[in-house]
Amino acid sequence: MGDMSELQQREDALQGMGTSLLRKEDARFIRGQGSYIDDVKLPGMLFGALVRSPYAHARIRGIDKSKALASPGVVAVLTADDLKPVNLHWMPTLGGDVQAVLADQKVCFQLQEVAMVLATDRYAAADGAALVEVDYEELPAIVDPKKAMAADAPTIREDIAEKKEVGHGPRTHPNHIFTWEAGDKAAADAAFDNAPITVRQELLNPRVHPCPLETCGCVASFNKATGYLTVYMTTQAPHLVRTVLAMLSGIAESKIRVVGGDIGGGFGNKVPVYPGYVVAIVASIVTGVPVKWIESRIDNISTTGFARDYHCVGELAADADGRIKGLRFTALADHGAFNSHVSASKFPAGLFSICTGSYAVPNAYCRVDAVYTNKAPGGVAYRCSLRVTEAVYLIERMVDVLAQKLGIDKAEIRRRNFVAKEQFPYTTSLGWTMDSGDYAPALEKVLQAVDYEGLRREQAEKRARGELMGIGLSTFTEIVGAGPTKACDILGIGLFDSCEIRVHPTGGVIARLGTMSQGQGHATTYAQIIATELGLPAADIVVEEGDTDKAPYGAGTWGSRSTPVSGAATAKAARKIKEKARQIAAHLLEVGDGDLEWEVDRFRVKGNPEASKTMKEICMASHTGNIPEGMEQGLNAVAYYDPPNLTYPFGAYVCVVDIDKHTGEVKVRRFYALDDCGTRINPMIIEGQIHGGLTEAFAVAMGQQVPFDENGNHLGNSLMDYFLPTAVETPHWETDHTVTPSPHHPLGAKGVAESPHVGGIPCISNAVIDAFAHLGVTHMDMPHTAYRVWQQCHALGIDRH
Amino acid sequence: MIPSPFEYHAPTSLPDAIALLGRYGDEAKLLAGGHSLLPMMKLRFAQPAHLIDLGRIPDLRGIAQVGNEIHIGAMTTENQLVWSPLLAEKIPLLVEGARAIADPQVRYRGTIGGDISHGDPGNDHPALMLALDASFLLRGPSGERTVKAAGFFFGLYATALEPGEVLTRIQIPIPPAGTGCAYEKLKRKIGDFATAASAVLLRLDGGKVASASIALTNVGPTPLKATAAEAFLAGQALDEASLAEAARLASEICDPVADQRGDADYKRAMAGEMTRRALLKAQSRAAA
Amino acid sequence: MAQKTLVSFTLNGKEVDVAVEPRELLIHTLRERLLHTGPHIGCETSHCGACTVDIDGMSVKSCTLLTVQCEGASMLTIEGLEQNGTLHALQQAFHEQHGLQCGYCTPGMITRAYRLLQENPNPSEEEIRYWIAGNLCRCTGYQNIVKAVQAAAQKLAAQPA
Repeated sequence: MGDMSELQQREDALQGMGTSLLRKEDARFIRGQGSYIDDVKLPGMLFGALVRSPYAHARIRGIDKSKALASPGVVAVLTADDLKPVNLHWMPTLGGDVQAVLADQKVCFQLQEVAMVLATDRYAAADGAALVEVDYEELPAIVDPKKAMAADAPTIREDIAEKKEVGHGPRTHPNHIFTWEAGDKAAADAAFDNAPITVRQELLNPRVHPCPLETCGCVASFNKATGYLTVYMTTQAPHLVRTVLAMLSGIAESKIRVVGGDIGGGFGNKVPVYPGYVVAIVASIVTGVPVKWIESRIDNISTTGFARDYHCVGELAADADGRIKGLRFTALADHGAFNSHVSASKFPAGLFSICTGSYAVPNAYCRVDAVYTNKAPGGVAYRCSLRVTEAVYLIERMVDVLAQKLGIDKAEIRRRNFVAKEQFPYTTSLGWTMDSGDYAPALEKVLQAVDYEGLRREQAEKRARGELMGIGLSTFTEIVGAGPTKACDILGIGLFDSCEIRVHPTGGVIARLGTMSQGQGHATTYAQIIATELGLPAADIVVEEGDTDKAPYGAGTWGSRSTPVSGAATAKAARKIKEKARQIAAHLLEVGDGDLEWEVDRFRVKGNPEASKTMKEICMASHTGNIPEGMEQGLNAVAYYDPPNLTYPFGAYVCVVDIDKHTGEVKVRRFYALDDCGTRINPMIIEGQIHGGLTEAFAVAMGQQVPFDENGNHLGNSLMDYFLPTAVETPHWETDHTVTPSPHHPLGAKGVAESPHVGGIPCISNAVIDAFAHLGVTHMDMPHTAYRVWQQCHALGIDRH
Repeated sequence: MIPSPFEYHAPTSLPDAIALLGRYGDEAKLLAGGHSLLPMMKLRFAQPAHLIDLGRIPDLRGIAQVGNEIHIGAMTTENQLVWSPLLAEKIPLLVEGARAIADPQVRYRGTIGGDISHGDPGNDHPALMLALDASFLLRGPSGERTVKAAGFFFGLYATALEPGEVLTRIQIPIPPAGTGCAYEKLKRKIGDFATAASAVLLRLDGGKVASASIALTNVGPTPLKATAAEAFLAGQALDEASLAEAARLASEICDPVADQRGDADYKRAMAGEMTRRALLKAQSRAAA
Repeated sequence: MAQKTLVSFTLNGKEVDVAVEPRELLIHTLRERLLHTGPHIGCETSHCGACTVDIDGMSVKSCTLLTVQCEGASMLTIEGLEQNGTLHALQQAFHEQHGLQCGYCTPGMITRAYRLLQENPNPSEEEIRYWIAGNLCRCTGYQNIVKAVQAAAQKLAAQPA
């Protein structure tokens, strides 16, 4: 047995799990040598510019392409009529609906795609697009989802007017999409009937947009000679897209290659298949040359997958001690004009039913009614883990509402309702079996760290002086890692994922996976997993994703699923290799493989420390004839992992705010975030993700919205108005952690990158509302802009000097 | 993202620039820093056939003291204002105001002349110019004339500039020693236009207001001088009552447009609140 | 189609000549004609700063500048920071402090930080945040970017002049 320092040195040399390994991907980015979609240039490439509708709801009476076609550099102008021969003017969505690729006779949301101008460069394309003349007949628009199902509401989706359902059960109105429910309504109703205390609150989770710094785009390249289609694309799910393209185009999937290169942020914005991609692909098929389409920022905010727009009613029933006896959460979901969002097919409202949160709620019922409106399609996006942002916002807000009603401290009421550690795995009354959790110590750690008692005392003093100070808590449980194929599929394809590992004679490794980084550091973290599993240095392990020709099939990166699913696949594949290596080592050392033990980077013979074989030596040996009889050469393996469950990371956050009652400005004085994602692969990367997710939470809670006027016109769809905080507004984040491994994951790891967003939003919102709690305020809708907060101050008469 | 086509002219003298303006009339726009105009052109809200770049004309830059005025060339950038030791000493209000404009990159290019002549009530310099009682030197085909800031701003994108005229120089009387000043700007985030802002210069005498100059940003179609508030404050000590009344008088003259920054009630109230804060800050910086 | 103008300037130490229409934006000239795809496009309203380059000693949003305005300019982009295989202290610091994730804002951010430190070699945290407010980031929350700029400032200060 080597001494501790020698063991440590060998461990350190691997830079495996648990180390804050500096990122391998940085080398190209810090030099400006990333390869993002707009960096892709192919010979003969045309540029496609979309013509979009100025109206939210209108019939198209005619399209005149003549001036555009006469404009220098314009090669073609495509409309729905040009896509009809290939039956691609409509496409199935990932949500069970159909969506217009180019508007067919009517438009249903402002800036909907109507035509694409193809030209020799983007300047000519822009000029051509400005010359396409469309004759619209404006129709009344539905902007308020509460009006969508009125008896006299105009029908938005005439194309499916006769359809009784769009993928998710019976429709009761032409503008109704689906109704989905979970839990036991009768039991919940009974709990409410019998409870001494009930609270009810209407809450809006406003429409926002993920707004990654890079917009969406693609370069489609169809080779007429070979019939082979290559699409470079901003996609978080290249394999799913390839399958969808095969279904849409009729081209054999083996002749389609989708390439996700470097992606400048995804946050769920880059999962759906957008009309721009499809038109560019058709254009390339028709012209036989590559076609590039890159959307503008305004187009991105206005037309690509938005997030939230959930109009909720939250109800809790409790005893006098604040123990929750019943929960009823309902939401009216505004999906825009098409149900195009990504969700597992059995979960049209995503994982919303996680809304019992970290609490032992004995009786629960939730229902989501989804409707069409004349707005852009979408809903599931923006670091949401599939509607978990909506669910956690609701439960964490309602727990505060309950606490206020009963006059119970907001930390104490949470303690009283936590699922206890011993109860895990814990099956909630809405059907999720949460794998592991240890909520109370996490909360205690955070409260100690910020001196919660001291803060409440300070708050009392400030209140006595008429000052507004708020303390917000969030003790959330996330649900990530979609998911077990029996429950989770998209268009029938199970949400498993994969890792294929090839080990080289000299100890190098190439691993390819079905996930797709958009900045999460996969090239580093997957290498660390393999380094620890195989005892080979991370520096020699190359990780690739995104090219569907090379990578094994997977569902991509969204909903924090990479570590839970592909991370597990990585461990599984590595362990297959390690098992084979063990047998080779035993053969080389002439012992039985039960006589060997693994130590960091080698197999040693038990009781004979000198007799060992390093993994590196085995790498070479595996390529020779000196391996066990009947064994194939090489050290390669692929694993497809169908997770037995999702994973349930959790956290405890505290936010302290000071509010200027004269202007409504909110200042985040302190934010302390403790996250538990089980086994931590790279603490530095985790911390970076927490900073980013909290900053996006801050943006959502404090300023983001996608507002419309009553005619469906956008009122703030550029970066002039859409709130992206700068370094000046963004608070300082303090991070902490506990480790409660997942019992079912091979590494004990859970996902983490969306937790800060899911948990951060209600934490900040709770803090703002807590600042007014002593004045009888139970709820304020987001965003908590200075203007809106001032309106609350003004209504209370406290804004004057 | 792509402007419509235009012809570009880069005259090297002011007479040449004026001649070009004369030749092309309302088909032409002047290009100063470009950070108001080019974004509009990229969205095709503006489509001038001719762009006349003032950037190559040498005598349009510089900050100098001339008698008891500071003269600033119209093409002087915000960044140059921010770092000017002369301004820091003599007209610190301008330094504070320039620092509140946009972001570092915009400030390297954006010019004081462009900010003023664009006629956008959201810009910060117009109110600063009103508060400072600045004058503008305009040069056109018929020669030169001076227009006071108070008579320069007419409405949205409408100023006293006649066709063919160029704003060449800003002339500001140096505030007397002991003047306190402040620019309080409420905004949704740094770099945004003002939700409401107030520029104040204050002179005290024996602890009471000897004179106050108050001007407001982005709460009307032009910058607004709060003359009623100024008149009220003369001879008063600044206490809760007088501050409240001055704020009220400032709010009263506002006619703000409701937008994503807030409705008219909020903006009016904020004009008052910023005025109050600017008065207090200016007082703390003024000689008693 | 408008006439093209020949424009000459220095890019990362090399002289270049391009023939452009007046309306061609510098960002497009850099990315499409001169194949410098480090600076990126993130918006069309001059807010995001991803296109930031350094011209004649100033940080400039290259999406809000016409190439015809750049005659005789001396231009630096992210591609010009590494010298003879040695990374600039800022590039090294962004790596060591984990000041980037997706990398899209990074070229503009580092190029801006370069000029920031030229003008203010020892900035406080508050100053750094104020002086990079023209560069948006969605991934990092800026905290590690601030640390990277501070680390680079220290390293540059320790170097012999």
